[in-house]
Amino acid sequence: MRITCTYCGSRDVSEFSYLGDATLTRPAGGEGHAMLDYVYLRDNPAGPHEELWYHAQGCRSWLRVRRDTVSHEILDVRMAVDK
Amino acid sequence: MSGFRLSSGGLVDRTSPRSFRFDGRAQTGFAGDTLASALLANGQVTFGRSFKYHRRRGLLTAGPEEPNALVELRDGARREPNSRATTVELFDGLVANSQNRFPSLDFDLMAVTGLLSPIFAAGFYYKTFMWPAAFWEKLYEPAIRRAAGLGRASGAPDPDSYEKAFAFCDVLVIGGGAAGLAAALAAGRTGARVILVDEDFVLGGRLNAERQVIGDVAAADWAAAQVAELQSLPNVTLMSRSSVVGLYDGNGYVALERVADHLPVPFPGMPRQRLWQISAKQAVLAAGSLERPVVFAGNDLPGVMLASAVRTYLNRFAVAPGRRAVVFTAIDDGWQTARDLAASGVEIAAVVDPRDDVAPHLLKGLPSRLGARVQRAFGTGRVQGVEIVGADGIVTRLAADLVAVSGGHSPNLGIATHLNHRPRWSDAHLAFVPDALPPGLSVAGSANGTWALGAVLAEGAARGAAAAAACGFAPVVHDIPRVADEVVARAALWRVEGGRGKAFVDPQNDVTDKDIALAAREGFVSVEHLKRYTTLGMATDQGKTSNVNGLALLAELTGKSIAATGSTRARPPAVPVALGALAGTHRGKHFRPTRLTPSHAWASENGANFVEAGQWLRAQWYARPGETDWLQSVSREVSAVRDGVGFCDVSTLGKIALEGPDVGAFLDRVYCNTFSTLAEGKARYGLMLREDGFVMDDGTVARLDARRYVMSTTTANAAKVMQHLEFCHQVLWPELDLAMSSITEQWAQFSIAGPKSKLLLEALFDGAVDVSDAAFPYMGAREVLVGKLPVRLFRLSFSGERAYEIAVPANRGAALVVELMRVGAPLGLVPYGTEALGVMRIEKGHVAGNEINGQTVARDLGLGKMMSQKKDYVGRAMAQRPALLAPERPTLAGFVAVDPAERFSGGAHFLAPGAVVAPENDLGFMTSVAFSPSLNRWIGLGLIANAGERLGQRVRGYDPMRGRDTLLEVVSPVFLDPEGARLHA
Repeated sequence: MRITCTYCGSRDVSEFSYLGDATLTRPAGGEGHAMLDYVYLRDNPAGPHEELWYHAQGCRSWLRVRRDTVSHEILDVRMAVDK
Repeated sequence: MSGFRLSSGGLVDRTSPRSFRFDGRAQTGFAGDTLASALLANGQVTFGRSFKYHRRRGLLTAGPEEPNALVELRDGARREPNSRATTVELFDGLVANSQNRFPSLDFDLMAVTGLLSPIFAAGFYYKTFMWPAAFWEKLYEPAIRRAAGLGRASGAPDPDSYEKAFAFCDVLVIGGGAAGLAAALAAGRTGARVILVDEDFVLGGRLNAERQVIGDVAAADWAAAQVAELQSLPNVTLMSRSSVVGLYDGNGYVALERVADHLPVPFPGMPRQRLWQISAKQAVLAAGSLERPVVFAGNDLPGVMLASAVRTYLNRFAVAPGRRAVVFTAIDDGWQTARDLAASGVEIAAVVDPRDDVAPHLLKGLPSRLGARVQRAFGTGRVQGVEIVGADGIVTRLAADLVAVSGGHSPNLGIATHLNHRPRWSDAHLAFVPDALPPGLSVAGSANGTWALGAVLAEGAARGAAAAAACGFAPVVHDIPRVADEVVARAALWRVEGGRGKAFVDPQNDVTDKDIALAAREGFVSVEHLKRYTTLGMATDQGKTSNVNGLALLAELTGKSIAATGSTRARPPAVPVALGALAGTHRGKHFRPTRLTPSHAWASENGANFVEAGQWLRAQWYARPGETDWLQSVSREVSAVRDGVGFCDVSTLGKIALEGPDVGAFLDRVYCNTFSTLAEGKARYGLMLREDGFVMDDGTVARLDARRYVMSTTTANAAKVMQHLEFCHQVLWPELDLAMSSITEQWAQFSIAGPKSKLLLEALFDGAVDVSDAAFPYMGAREVLVGKLPVRLFRLSFSGERAYEIAVPANRGAALVVELMRVGAPLGLVPYGTEALGVMRIEKGHVAGNEINGQTVARDLGLGKMMSQKKDYVGRAMAQRPALLAPERPTLAGFVAVDPAERFSGGAHFLAPGAVVAPENDLGFMTSVAFSPSLNRWIGLGLIANAGERLGQRVRGYDPMRGRDTLLEVVSPVFLDPEGARLHA
C-alpha cells in the first residue's frame, strides 16, 4: 500500500504511522461526556473513512487520508492543517 | 526400467556437463537441466518418502507445483530443506539429499506406518492424542514430529546475505510463457515501463516444452526471439528466476528474485536472494495453469506422472521418463503426450480415455482404449503396470513403467485471490476461472482458461496492450503469428473407484480419497473444515495439484455441484519464501541499529559497562581496577557525586527545539503545568499527559530567548513526544505560530552533579562564563559562546545535588569529556553511569520510567499539584475522573525494610501484615529499588493504596518470583535532603 504524502509524494505505507478518525474535534475545555466521547468513542465504518496518518519517516506531516476500509483504496490525501 | 536421456533434442547443452551428488552418489547432468531432469535421466525412480506413510514417491510434475520430489539442497550452513527438485537449476558441484527417510531412501524403516494406516486416517491426531492433555507437548508431539515431517533446517546461521528492493512500473507481467511474452511485448512496444517476472531460468514457459510451431519456427525458438526483442527495449525489465509471491493493497506486488540460487556459493557481495516490492499501475497475470492428477489406487507410485510434465521432460530436457507408457487422459491435450512419447521412441501401451468419442485425428497411429479408465496402478517400488476397466466393466492389465495422467487443468490463479477475490467454477472449462479481479489486474492465457495456443497469444497481446493503454500509452499494431488450430475438448475426470489400495488426493500430506469420505461422513462438509480436518492442501505446495480434486470429491460425496461446494483461494506466499529474504539486510545489528553516545569510545576505554536503553548503549557504571561487584562501583560513584562531583552522559534524552511567538501558549496546552510565564534564561520541569489523563512523559523546557525554547524528553519517549507535539500543533491547534525540530542527535549533553560542580565549571570556563549563583541561579538556562563553540548551560538537578547540564554540538562531545576530566582531576571528578543516576533519583523520590508506566496519573506520582487549575491542557478533563482521584488508588510512597540489613526488590506486591495472599488483598507494588550508600540500606519507591494514611505503618513486600517476603515500613518517598538544601550547596 502506498500513500501520496501531500509534501513528499507517493511513499510506501511503512513510512507512515496510523492514528485513526480524523473527523473528531477536540472539545476545548470539554468536560464529562464530550471529552469521554472524543477520547474513547469511535465508529468502525465499512467504507470510506477519514483518518489521520503521520509521515514519521518523512516530513513529519500529519495527513488526513480518506481511505476505504473495505478495499483499502486511498481516495484522497490532504494536510491535516488544511482542514 | 527407468528414465533415460535422449540422444538429441531439448534445451540442454550436451557440451556442458554438470557434476553433482545426490545422497552421496556422484552423477552428471547438463547445463539447462533441473535437478529433477538430471536425476530422471540417470535413472532415479524414488525422489522422496511421503510425509505420513513413508511411501516411495517419484516425480509428479516438472515445475514449482511439485508435491513429492522435495530434497535438502546444499549442505552445512547452506542446507535448505524442502527444495523442489523440479525447480532447482543444476550447477556444477550441487549437493542434494533426500529427506524424511531413515536410514535411506530405498530402505525406510518408517514405512511400517503404512501398515498401520487404518489408524492414521483423517482426524487421527485429534482423536488419539487428546488425552491426557499433558502428554501432548512432552510425548506425542515430539514423537510425531520425528516420524512425520519434511526436511531439516541447517541449524546454523545463514552465511549468505539477502536484499530488499523497490521497483515501479506501468505494467507488470506475471509469467513469461506464451501469454506473458505476448503481453510484455504488446505493452513494451507502446513505451510503457514493463517488468516481466518469470520463475524459470529460461523464459518461454510451456513453449519450451512443446513441439508446436508458431508462424514457421519451433515454439522455443519463437520464445527466444520474443525475449531478444524484449531485451532490446530499454523500458522493459526481464526478471527470470523470480516469482511473484503476493499481491497486496494498492497494486503492491512482492516478488522473490533468486539471484544466486543457481550458483554453488554467491559471488562476493552478491545476495543470495532479493525481495522486490513492485508498485505496478497495471498487471497481467499470465501464470499459466496446473495440470491435475487423477485419483485412482496406486496413483502415487513412482512412474505415475502428469502428462504435461512428461512432455516437459521429453521435449525440454530430452529425458524419456520410461520405456513403455500408458497415457490416461480425459482431455485432448493428453493425446499430444502420447504422440510426443511415440516420436521419441517410447512405446505406447495404450491411450486410455474415458470418453467414448474423441476427434478422429487423435487416434491416428496410437493404440487406444476409449470409454475406459485406469482404476489402479501397481508395482513394487515403482509402477509396473495398470488395471484398466473398460466400458464393458471388464478389467484388463497392461504392463507399463510410465503412466502419464491428465485430469484437466486448473488456472494458476493464486495471486488473483490474495485480496479475497474468489474465482468462479466453470463447467465449460472444468476449472475455476477468474471472476471478480483486484483493481488493475487482468488475466491472460491458460490462467484465464484459454487453452489453445493461438488464442493464448492473441489474448496475451490484447491484455498487454490494454494494460498499457490504461496507463496512457497509445496502442501499437501487433501481429499475432499463425498457429495451427488445436482442439481442446475435455471431459470431467476426478476419480476412478474400484482399484485395490490407497488412492491419493494430496500426495504431499498423504490425504487419500478415503480420508475425504471420512471427513464428509463426520460432517466436515465445508471446504474450510475439510482442509483443516484432513490437512488437504495444507502442505508446502498449498495443494496446487490437489485442491480441486479434493473439492470435486467432496461435491460428489455430498451430492452438490462443485460451484455450490466452495472455491479455492490462496494466501501469500505463492511459493515458499526463505525467512532470510523477508528479513533482507535487517539482520543482527542491522535489525536494531546501535546508537552510541558521544562519550562512548572514552567510556569503553575507562571501564564502562553498557546497558541498552532502547537503541542506545549507555554507560551503566564504570568499574575501577579492584572492584569486583557492580554494587561496589555504583555505590562509589554515588558517594563521589554526593561528596564531590561527577558527570554523566545524558545525550540520549530527547531534545526538541521549538521556535515561534506562540511556543509559550503551545507548551501551556501540552504540559499540565504552566509555561507561558517562563522567563527568558530559565528552565522548568514539566509533566505531559495523554488526552486520557495518564502521564505520558516528563522533562524540562528551557527558554533560550524570546522565541526559542529547547525541550527535553525521556530517552524512551523521544520519538513519541515528537509525534505527539506535531499532532497537537498540526491537528489540534494549527493556528499557533511555531515550528519544531528534533535535535537529539545534534547536541552532546552531560550532567555535572555534586557540591563541587560549580568549581568544575569555573575551572572549565576559566573566567569565560560567569557561573556565579547571581548570574546563573538554580533553574537557569543560558546559551554562551566559548571561543567559537556554542555551549548551552542549564542548572538542573536530577540527583538532588547542585548540578548543571552542559550541551555542546555532538561532534565536540568526546573532546569535552577529555577536557572535563583534565580540569576536573584536582576536584576528584568521576564519571557515573545510569545505575548511579538511578540510585540518586530514588534517594530523592524522583519518578522515572518505572513509575511513569502509562498507568499512572499525576496524582499517583505525588505530582497532582502540578496540574494547573487556570488553563486547559491535554489530559486535564480526563484526569479528573472520580476513579482516578479515589484515595484507594495506589500512589507513590517510599519503603525501607524494618530490618535495615534486609534486601528487597522491585516487583514485590504489598499486603497488609496478616492478610491472606490473594489478588483482592493486593495493595500495590514496588516500582524501583536501590541500595542507598547515603543511608547504607536498601530503599524503594512503590505505588500503594491509601498511601497518605500509611506513613509509618508496616506492610509485607511479597515477592514470590524471587522468593522474598520482607516486612517493610512506609516512609516518605524523599529519602534524602527533603528540604532541598543540597541543590544550593
